[in-house]
Amino acid sequence: MSRLDPQPAERIDRSKKVEFKFDGKSVTGFEGDTIASALYAQGQRIFSRSFKYHRPRGIVSASGWTANTLVQDGEWPGVRATTERAKHGMEIKHQNAWPSLNFDVMRASDIFGGPFMPAGFYYKTFIWPRSAWPLYEKVLRHAAGLGVMKKSQAHREWRTDYRRRHCDVLVIGGGVAGLSAAIAAAREGADVVLVDEDVEPGGQLLWQGKHEQARKLAEEARAAGVEIMSSAPALGYFDGMVPVWQGSTLHQIRAQRHVAATGSIEQPLVFPNNDLPGVMLTTGALKLAALYALKPGENAVIATTGERGLEAALALQAAGVNVIAVADLLPNRSNELTAAVEAAGIQLMRGMTVVEARGNKHLKGCTLAQIDENGVAKPGTEERFDCDLLAVSGGTVPASSLMLQAGAKAKFNSEANCFLPENPPPGIHPAGAVAGKEELEAAALSGTLAGARAAQECEFGDGSAATAAANALEALPTPAPAAPSPAYQRTAKPTGKAFLDLDEDVTTKDMKYAIEEGYDSIELSKRYTTVTMGPSQGRVSQLPSIRAVAAQTGLSIDETGITTARPPWSTVPLGAWAGRPFTPAKRSAIHARQRELGSHVKWAGDWRRAYDYGDVKGEAAAVHQAVGMIDVSTLGKMIVSGPDAGQFLDRMYTNRLSDLKVGRIRYGVLGNDAGRITDDGTVCRVADDSFLVTTTSSGADAVERWFTWWLAAWEMEVHVTDVTQGLCAINVAGPKARDLLGKLTDADLSNEGFGYLDGHQIQIAGVQCLAMRIGFVGELGYEIHYPAACGQYLWDQILEAGTEYGIKPFGLEPQRILRLEKAHIIVGQDTDSESNAYESQMGWIVKLDKEEDFMGKWALERANERGMVNTLVGFKIDGDDVPIEGSAVVVDGQPAGRVTSARYSELLGQSIGLAWVPAEHGKDGSPLHIKYGSKNQTATIVHGAFYDPDQERLRS
Amino acid sequence: MSFLLNCPICGTREVTDFGFGGEIVVRPQDRPGERELNAYNYFRANTDGVQREWWWHRAGCRTWFQAERNTSTNEVLWTAVPEITDATQAPVSPVAQARAAGGEELR
Ligand SMILES: [Zn+2]
Repeated sequence: MSRLDPQPAERIDRSKKVEFKFDGKSVTGFEGDTIASALYAQGQRIFSRSFKYHRPRGIVSASGWTANTLVQDGEWPGVRATTERAKHGMEIKHQNAWPSLNFDVMRASDIFGGPFMPAGFYYKTFIWPRSAWPLYEKVLRHAAGLGVMKKSQAHREWRTDYRRRHCDVLVIGGGVAGLSAAIAAAREGADVVLVDEDVEPGGQLLWQGKHEQARKLAEEARAAGVEIMSSAPALGYFDGMVPVWQGSTLHQIRAQRHVAATGSIEQPLVFPNNDLPGVMLTTGALKLAALYALKPGENAVIATTGERGLEAALALQAAGVNVIAVADLLPNRSNELTAAVEAAGIQLMRGMTVVEARGNKHLKGCTLAQIDENGVAKPGTEERFDCDLLAVSGGTVPASSLMLQAGAKAKFNSEANCFLPENPPPGIHPAGAVAGKEELEAAALSGTLAGARAAQECEFGDGSAATAAANALEALPTPAPAAPSPAYQRTAKPTGKAFLDLDEDVTTKDMKYAIEEGYDSIELSKRYTTVTMGPSQGRVSQLPSIRAVAAQTGLSIDETGITTARPPWSTVPLGAWAGRPFTPAKRSAIHARQRELGSHVKWAGDWRRAYDYGDVKGEAAAVHQAVGMIDVSTLGKMIVSGPDAGQFLDRMYTNRLSDLKVGRIRYGVLGNDAGRITDDGTVCRVADDSFLVTTTSSGADAVERWFTWWLAAWEMEVHVTDVTQGLCAINVAGPKARDLLGKLTDADLSNEGFGYLDGHQIQIAGVQCLAMRIGFVGELGYEIHYPAACGQYLWDQILEAGTEYGIKPFGLEPQRILRLEKAHIIVGQDTDSESNAYESQMGWIVKLDKEEDFMGKWALERANERGMVNTLVGFKIDGDDVPIEGSAVVVDGQPAGRVTSARYSELLGQSIGLAWVPAEHGKDGSPLHIKYGSKNQTATIVHGAFYDPDQERLRS
Repeated sequence: MSFLLNCPICGTREVTDFGFGGEIVVRPQDRPGERELNAYNYFRANTDGVQREWWWHRAGCRTWFQAERNTSTNEVLWTAVPEITDATQAPVSPVAQARAAGGEELR
């Protein structure tokens, strides 16, 4: 019903229908429609209720410059209905109105409120009592809701991705300036990307009757090799990286040179009821008509400070709108344009402007008048009109946010009557409106100049193209200035609110109060009133708010200044910055088999590991009594090789490893130069110049980094190869381990042939393995390292061979009990970044008599001289009352240490654990007081292993 | 923060591909005094301007290299694999950093 006859530049394809739902009702539009244009065609005029006062709001810019047309699209809140394409099957809902757009109970705050919600209302009202804040928050969130986030993101279907793109020149903005710049740069040979927020490049040309020119320019750009990205707003400028949001991908574009051709934004006028649906920028009215063939109103009045309004009057008239009058604030404008307006039968009212709008849910009429220097209507000049469209144009401001973020300074230019970015950092060139060149020809030339210069700076071209463009630009006449619009134009006794910022519902009164209360600088009043802080980032509110501050403080616009431009310039989901949410999991090659065997899986660092197989006690008992097997493929594994390998390890570990014999193993502790323990593991010499080093599961990456770092600093003939992923490892442990493996290998496993801490390369079930006799879990055991490709095969062979001995696979939890029975520490659980080897009961492994320097030697020497402050001790408690890990150790009623590990040992019939205590309270047999919450326990300190302290079982 | 680094092995990549090793500090040659030891372990110049630092191609070849970078502008003046013959240049423990980052620890 609002649809016009086919328009030459329309974007809709009338042969293809698009159906979607709005608040449950069916809407039919055409392909190419935005959500808003399809709704508008069906007569929808109210698109939202405002943030604070719940006033009805409609289309203003048709460009996404206000929050008026934000809607909920399925689970996406805050979708810009005026720029988002309508798609089949969309479920669109309005935001911020209850129960409906047409009737919103919160409107009462507007109608009856008086100064019900002045600036700072929330700050002042809801602060006391503190305890009630959660309740306030609930109510306020509902009242000021801008859409609904889906609470659980667990099953969400949308994903965000990022893509990196490096190019020579990035052109931001696809209007005439941007296209000209891209063409110029590409023709010189540069690799050029052009990003533009609209669905096709062309900018204002597209809806100002010059779409053919726009398409021709875009064609030229493509032919020159420019990569054009549409529907792709640039979000900010970060040290030369420009993130661009397109679809569901964040393009991180990095260019050697930038051209900022971000165009300009038409500014509104500030007058009572300037927020009524039906009051639009000329941009909005023209876009609706030209791009979507919509009649923006039947009877229109236009109020303008410059020539845009005159052009709009002619265009709207041509589209079939009855344009009644044009109020031009400039009293003496007389040129071809004014003649054309008058010839079209439109009443041209020079020196007048709009001083009020009337209507309840929609515009019904307005008053035009001459105004005095304060913006108040001069008596006797008022003329009332009935109209359903009031198109306003308060001039334009350059969209210079990206330039300012890049480091340019905003300076008020009285000739252009707006802030222009000056002194941009090297490498970023303004073009078009941001260069102060708004007129078509000037914009095109300034684009060519910027593009050619940018290319030249990337060492393309000889600069002649830039020189030619600069000369042509110089020759152009300077355009006539626009009339400066007043801060607030109104009738003598205004009724109704006049808005500076539609997003945040900030009125002229709010700004007045804010300044009276002392927030009299633009940055302060911005924060107090929240003006320009809404989703549209001040696009159509920055200049009005600056004018309002200037008018009241008596400062000039220049002195008042501009607020800091911050990213993001366009609304973007937080997910775009976060990227694809995923948690990579590491799984060993045997993981699947363990799942089949009934393992319970838990996270262990980055790994998914078998926590147990449902029988923690039974699994631990099997290791003590028969044999058990555990997948320890998660251990970090590195081959350290080369002529200097032994010498290098001597420098890294606290003990000596260069004298290790081939086929022998030594435990080692890694530390830093502050003497702190950072990791531990075993080192096995597999050949004269080659060692297999194991690390903790979570320390693998860090140790590799640590080793290679030092190797980068020292010139040593050593090579470090991380083989963590390449090798599987199984620990077969228990008194029957030897018998079991004997069935699978011909190798000599006797104590004489294969003793404790031997590491032999043998074949087990036909697989070449490195078998290491070590005893983390306290029984005779073999840690078998072998190629991951054979992972499952060897596991199966061992499990099958062990059936007759009652073998059980065991998980992490039984392993923790078993190692605790031996008081074997876990670095990072029982130690922290302050733990040194002496205090951690690892003094036996620090060889200060090593002549060579090693990591932490100097700090450990001092620690040794000074003696221990704290110490890590074992403790036992009769019974199965296990203290919680992290419980406080209490001395004289004061916290003095903590429990780091604690488990119940079925084998010992006791609870056992490790704890940090002050050294003087850590003697063997001393009592240890543990407190957790209100619970008090008394334990006995035990030095050494709880089980098999003489290592007989390990060596058996 | 966003800038490019030139890995001497792989070429130019986004900084997010790299791990930062901090400013280059001089490891004492002989047994240092306590003050010197603490300064070496814990004190950094935290230069506002050009400094020499360690980088590591984490998401690439895993090579450690050095760079000279202006910490104010993030301009990278050069990168190179060090050709160092003594123990004077000390990294600060990445292992400790990893530990500090937390996570359940296992043997
Ligand atoms: Zn690399």
